[in-house]
Order: sequence, then C-alpha cells, then structure tokens
Amino acid sequence: MQKITRDALIEKAQTLLDSGVVTRVLGWKKGDFDYDVTPALFTDIESMKKDFVFGDFCGANFSKYLLKETKKIGVEGKVLVFLKSCDTYSFNQLLTEHRFDREKVYAVGIPCDGMVDVNKIKAIVGDGIVSIDDSAEVIKVETLYDGVKELNKADILLERCANCKSRKHVAYDELMGEDGEVIDSNRFDEVEKLEKMSADERFAFWQNELSRCIRCNACRDVCPACTCEKCVFNNPNSGVENKAAANSFEEQMFHIIRAFHVAGRCTDCGECSRVCPQHIPLHLLNRKFIKDINSFYGDYQAGETVGSRAPLTNFTKEDLEPSEAVNREDK
Amino acid sequence: MQRIGVFVCWCGSNIAGTVDVVKVAEALKNEPGVVHSANYQYMCSQAGQELIKQAIKEHNLTGIVVCSCSPRMHEQTFRKTAAAAGLNPYMVEIANIREQCSWIHKDMAEGTEKAIVLGRTAIAKVNLNAPLTPGESPVTKRALVIGGGIAGIQTALDIADAGFEVDIVEKKPTIGGKMAQIDKTFPTLDCAACILTPKMVDVAQHEKIKIYSYSEVVDVKGFVGNFDVTIKRKARYVKEDVCTGCGLCTEKCPMKKVPNDFNLGMDNKRAIYIPFAQAVPKVATIDADYCNMLKNGKCGVCAKVCTANAIDYTQKDEFVEEKYGAIVAATGFNPISMDKFDEYAYSQSKDVITSLEFERLMNAAGPTAGKLLRPSDGKHPHTLVFVQCVGSRCASCAEKGKEYCSKICCMYTAKHAMLTRDKYPDTDVYVFYIDVRTPGKQFDEFYRRAVEEYGVHYIKGMVGKVSPEGEKLIVQGSDLIANKQLKIEADLVVLAAAIEPDKSARPLATMLTASMDTNDFFTEAHPKLRPVESPTAGVFLSGACQGPKDFPETVSQAGAAASKVIGLLSKDKLTGNPCVAHSDEMMCNGCSSCEKVCPYGAITYADKEFRGPNRTTLIRRVAQVNEAICQGCGCCTVACPSGAMDLKGFASKQIMAEVDAICK
Repeated sequence: MQKITRDALIEKAQTLLDSGVVTRVLGWKKGDFDYDVTPALFTDIESMKKDFVFGDFCGANFSKYLLKETKKIGVEGKVLVFLKSCDTYSFNQLLTEHRFDREKVYAVGIPCDGMVDVNKIKAIVGDGIVSIDDSAEVIKVETLYDGVKELNKADILLERCANCKSRKHVAYDELMGEDGEVIDSNRFDEVEKLEKMSADERFAFWQNELSRCIRCNACRDVCPACTCEKCVFNNPNSGVENKAAANSFEEQMFHIIRAFHVAGRCTDCGECSRVCPQHIPLHLLNRKFIKDINSFYGDYQAGETVGSRAPLTNFTKEDLEPSEAVNREDK
Repeated sequence: MQRIGVFVCWCGSNIAGTVDVVKVAEALKNEPGVVHSANYQYMCSQAGQELIKQAIKEHNLTGIVVCSCSPRMHEQTFRKTAAAAGLNPYMVEIANIREQCSWIHKDMAEGTEKAIVLGRTAIAKVNLNAPLTPGESPVTKRALVIGGGIAGIQTALDIADAGFEVDIVEKKPTIGGKMAQIDKTFPTLDCAACILTPKMVDVAQHEKIKIYSYSEVVDVKGFVGNFDVTIKRKARYVKEDVCTGCGLCTEKCPMKKVPNDFNLGMDNKRAIYIPFAQAVPKVATIDADYCNMLKNGKCGVCAKVCTANAIDYTQKDEFVEEKYGAIVAATGFNPISMDKFDEYAYSQSKDVITSLEFERLMNAAGPTAGKLLRPSDGKHPHTLVFVQCVGSRCASCAEKGKEYCSKICCMYTAKHAMLTRDKYPDTDVYVFYIDVRTPGKQFDEFYRRAVEEYGVHYIKGMVGKVSPEGEKLIVQGSDLIANKQLKIEADLVVLAAAIEPDKSARPLATMLTASMDTNDFFTEAHPKLRPVESPTAGVFLSGACQGPKDFPETVSQAGAAASKVIGLLSKDKLTGNPCVAHSDEMMCNGCSSCEKVCPYGAITYADKEFRGPNRTTLIRRVAQVNEAICQGCGCCTVACPSGAMDLKGFASKQIMAEVDAICK
C-alpha cells in the first residue's frame, strides 16, 4: 500500500484551509514522548507545520471528536478530519444516530496499514524509551539502557490492527491513496477460545482481568458509541457514580453494563482496549456481542452504511426465537 | 410522602381459603406510606367499594392498594371507585393475591407470606405513582373488513346497515370465499350458492359498502379509531369500472390450459377468466402467469373481442391509502396440504380427493356439472370410502397435521355420505371415524339419518393405508368395535382434511399487532367474555380466522363482530391510555433508537433550543411522543441507550422499586 506521509497530509490541509473549504483541522500531535501521540485541533497551517505528526502511533479515532467540534458555538465553517478505514465505521454509526451534522465536516479518508502498540514495544525492549523512529517498516527504538533496537512492525501492531476487519473506507468526502477491501479477519478467534472455557474458567478469566479496573472511565470517554447526554455512570442516584473502584462493581458489573449499552452499535473500533491503562482486553466483550448478533441474525457490521438498523432494534420474521438462543450449542 | 390505604379482599374463600387475610392486612400496615389497612369479604361488592370510598375520605388517602384478583378482572372497578371518591384513578394499584397466589398455593403459611410480599410490592409502586390524566382522540367512522368470505360479507352488511361506511378487501377477484365453493349446507341441505349469492349482491349494491377485490392490505399504521391502511390493488389488466362481465373474452382467449383454482385444479379455465357465474364484482381478470400478451406481447385476442374496451395490458398495481376507525379480520381458512399424507395415496391417485374437491364434484357448476364421476377415468364410482380426521386431532403427527379438532368435518362427511346415497342408491358408502362429533342444533339428528335412513356404513377406526391397485383403491383400516382389520376395494376415497388459517393471516397479524396462537388462529381478548375482539384495541375477529367453525357459527360471530365495531364507531371520541411513553429531553440525545423499535410510529424528532453555558443557546434533536398514538408497550424504554424514555405509570424506577420490594 502506498504510504501517506505527514507532508502530504499537511499539504492537503493547507489546500483546504486556503480555499476556505475548512476552517480547522483535527489531527495528531506529539506528546511528551514519541509514542504518546494525542489528538489536537489546528486552526492555522503554521501550528500544524510545527506540531502535526503522522506515523504508527496515530491510533486515535477522531469520529467522536466531531460531536463537540461541530456543536461549537460561534465557530463557522467545516472541520477537516482525517479518517482511517476503521474510523469511518464509527463516523457512519454516529451519523446513523444523528450525533453530528454531516454538513459541518469535511472527511478525508487516509490509507492505513496498521498502528503500533507501545505496550508491545515495551514488552520487548523494556522501560526507558528515549525515541522511536517509525519512518520505515522496521521500527527503531532507542532506550536508555540498551541503545537502538530494531523491531518488525508486524510483531508490534495494535491488537485491532493485527486483526484488522476492513481497509475499506465506508465514508469520506475525499480519499487519499487507494481504497482497500473488507478483510476476512481472525478477530473472533480469542472470543472462541473464551467460549470453549467452562463457565467457572471464564468467570475466573474475567474476574482477573476486570479486577485491575481503576475506573478511570477512559474506555467510556473514548468510545464512539458512548455519546449519551448524561451517562448512567454519572448519575448521582445510581450509587455507582464514583470514579475510583471502591467495591466489586467494576469487577462484576461496570464493563458488562457498558458492553450491553453499546451492543449492536459497537463497530469494533478497538479504542476501549487501546486506551485502557490497565490493559484489560475490553474489546473481547464487545466482540462476543458482535459474534452472537452475527450468528443469530445474520452478519451485521455497525456503521457499514448510514441509517442501517441494528438487529437488536429491528424485527424480521426470520429472527430466531428466544428459545433457540437459549438452547444454542455455542453459548 | 403518600398516604396509602391497603384493602385486602377475601374473595369469599377464593383468597381467604389459602391466605390469612387478617395477617396480611396487619403486616402491610407497617409498610412505608401506609396509613390505613383493612380486609373485607368481597371488595368488589357495593359494600366493599363503599368501604374504600369512606377510607379515602376519612384518612385523606393519596393512593390505594387493593390486594385481590388479577387487575384484568377488577382494576377498572377499583379505579372507578377511587375516582368516585375524588382520587386520581391511576393512584390505584392491584396486588394479585388470587390468580398469582391463593389459587396456586395449598399451604396457608406459604400463601400468606407471598401475599404479604405482593402487597408490599404494590405499595412500593404506589409510593412512586403520580396522578395521570388520559387524553382523547377522534374516531374515523369507517370500518375495514379484511376478507370477503361469508364472515366478511355478514360483518360488512351488518355494519353498513347500521349506517357506517365499510370497505371489504378481498385478495381473490371475487368475494364469496369458501362458501361459494361449497355445494350444499348441513343440516338443512339447502344449496350454499342459493343462500350466499343474494348476500353477495346485497354487498355489491349497498351504498355504504365498497369492495376492493383482487386487493391486499400491505400496511397498517395508527391505532384504534385512527388506522391508516395501505391497500394494494393488484393489476387485473381489466378496467373494473368499464368491464360489463359479458364473458366473451373468457370464451375467446386461446390460452385454454390454465388450472381452475375455483374448482381446485380439477378442470381448466382461460388466461382471462371470471371465477364463477355469480362473481361479485362480475369483472374479468387476466392471470399474468399464463397470458401470452403479458408474457411475450403476442396475442391480444381479449382486447380485440372486448366491446367495452375494458382490457388494459399496461395496468400496474395500485396503492390506495385509506383511514379507518375499526378493522375486522375475516381471513378464513384452507384445507391443509395432503402432500405429507402418503399413506392415503393422495399424490399417487387422482381418485383420492379432499372433501372440498368432493364438494366441487357434486356441484352443478363444478368440473363434472354435478355428476359424481371419478377424476381419473370419468367412471361412476360404486364404493366410496370417507376418511375423517385426516390431519386433525393429530398430536403425534404435528409436523404434518394439526393437534386441534377441525370441528366441521364430522358434519360435512355425514352430508357427503348422505347426498351420495340419496343421488346414487347403487353405491356403498363407508365412513371411518375416531369419534362422530355432532353438537349443534339438529346436528345429531342429521348424522343419525345418514346412518339409519341412508344406510351409510360408519366404522369406528382409522384407515392405515390406501393403495392403488389397477382401477381400484385398496383401503386397509381397522374396525375397533368389531375388533378386526378391514380391506375395502374402493373406487373413490375422500379425505376430510384438517383446516388451517389462511396463510395471509400471519403477516396480517404482524401488521395489526394482533396476537395469534401457535396454530396461527387469531386470539381473542378473552376466550369467553370477549370472543370477537382481538387484544389489540380496534381490531375485531370474524369467522374461521379465530378458530374452526361452520356457517351458522361464522355468521353469528360475524354479526357479533359487527356489533362491536358499530359500538366503537358510534363514539365521537375515545379516551386514551395515559400510561404512555415520554422522553426526558435533558437526557435524550436524539439517536433514533426508540423510533426504530416503536411499532405504532408514535415517535418523531424535533430540533429544540436548550440553554447552554454562558447564556448561549444549543439546538438539540430530541424525541417526542405522540400520546394519542402511543400504546404504552414500553419497547422504546428498553431500546433507549440513554435511559431518556420512560413510561408514565410504569417508570423504570417504579418497577425497580417493585423488584426491590420483592427481594427485600
């Protein structure tokens, strides 16, 4: 695949800014380290030239940022957003839910051959990363103690990129480079492993994973499906409003409730797992729902088209009966 | 804080027999909000209601809990009682301690404990109840009858005679239904057509009735009093208002080999046809599957011979939208398919026929002009075997038959046997039966006559196998009374096939949100007390779509359905149900999930202005519920990801409070 460079994106932004098509740009900016790239809003090309980055750490999905950005009061014009193929599914899903005004957005689809997981790098090279050079297929990582190490990109991809479901952009105003295809990925393999466990083993697995939750709410805040005006977990009357894990709620309920809330609307963008500071494989909960929905109601990909009806909020005569779901073999 | 009164009913010994009502009243006295607790023998009696009214006034009650029978029985009663005492009727909750408690428990201690829990649950809910006021909606004074058989015809005539407009939608080119195919009717043996066709003419000539023949209902929206219905008028390629029904085209059409479904495929019709002589409307219809002109543009004979210029090959399906106040389902029945009953050789031999086919063979307008001739060789049959309960009462063969009794077969088989013996005394007629069921006016007398006067051989037992051998059909069966196996060499075998609801009933029920049983018969609002109403308000049931029935029963049910429709259409306004959904606009994010699941189309969206920070105005898309359309089903409340949708009177927090009270 043809690699899109930082310069090409800046050039695109400049053209669009200069011609007045857009008035601001959602992009990525370097953080304290090479690997903690964060989303940023650029309003002029100068600041973009200075701070904008594009590389293997630009995992952040901008779709949800459009909610706030398009609702800003007193800000005229469109916002330019760069969307990787997986981001476009969230983009469509949010449009399906009428969450932002499409007219206020100029979407540029950009090709992507996978983003890198810094945690995988750390697992290989250890702590003390000084700098990372991700300009080539072989990624060079310099650490305080070991000097420069060379890593294969394929070995350190984010989980969601290793199991990429689609290189096809399902929404854009303009596409840079060539579009890819929907991929027949192995993303349900992990789920199948969990399904094969006994109920006790599975419970132990999740208890172990979820007990690490510190209830930072990052998964919720980053999730493009979590766009309620007022989140149920912010309800002072709910008894679970706290932000620190004080009892077994996080371990037993929080993530399950969240997975239920986004069932049928989750596009499997994988942001929840990417941002989790405790490395909980949250995407597996969502994928279990997606897998079940697919097997019960036929394949459905949230966000594939705007306005599609998720099987859970749709009724067809072919829908399975509840008893069939209860008696199925692969539960 | 509410001031709640609790009233525990004995229901004579119905409740008091297994529930210690005094103890229940005593225990519930201490629940939060309760200021008064009493028990009485019959709360629903005048005296019992008086007791409640007095207590409301005396203790200044703001809500009451009646621990009694199911709310389906007396919720309305007690709501009226409360209203009479000046309390909002929606501040009444019923704890069902009869059907859900005393009747299903035998042990007094267990029953009492559960009754207390149920009472506590209702109290927890009343504590969160708020007064509700129902809205009103107007009534469209026009009825729709779906199905133009005898049931639909009678219902339509009765409604129209009361002065209301009625439309009949019939999927076939003519009204008349199954009755038009029947030869004679039991127990009087008068000719079916002779009593049906005058009614068909009445329908055609009635100024209040409009017939949509060759049409289907494709969409139903709205609610009782205000249905919006889309009717598909299938292209018949003949201008209905121009065709004179002269029938010339049906004689000249060169396409002669079209199976005649009116005679169940036992003879042929042309590609342009009028189903039968007395058809209403008497208009020709082109069968597009066979017409050469429509298939490949080569022919056009019918257009050439038509003096009225009624043929229009370019006709398209049309869609009519109409408003109705009430809808009657009269979709009727069909005999089940005999394909799976190989033991009777139905598919192997032309001389094994169903009873409905036999009707056509006996009918003067049928394929043999009323002469009883074998379909295979046109010879006169001498030995006839009738087999009853083919696919009926068939619990063990659910995959091909029906568990229920089809009800009409005993009588029509007796009729067939009697008519055969009457017209052809040279015949031997055998009837195999499991039981002969003849409850009905002059029904048993009729059956006895067949046996005693006409010499029909009734054999108690089932037929095991029918095998064609040469020109004969070897019928093997058992005679359970003589306890021996029989082998009869028959010329004709007639199967009394079970009947099932028409296939169009299931999709129609979905459109009407009317419920069905496992056999696809429409269910009644109450099996005994509301037999012609569907549980869905404004939808009524007429004829065999509700269960197997004969003509007398169908006609009386049709009249009953009509009277219910007339009762509804006579009203100018309907009082709605205030227990409807509403959205909390501060929580709603306008995602459309609720709109997608709403079966009534009650939810729309509006861009509304909200106050933002720093004196700004935000515009947000929020859901709005049309309270006149909402039926309070609650689908939206569970679909809403934000928890913004809630039901008045059944709010999530009320239900949670009930659950908490049970689990306490």
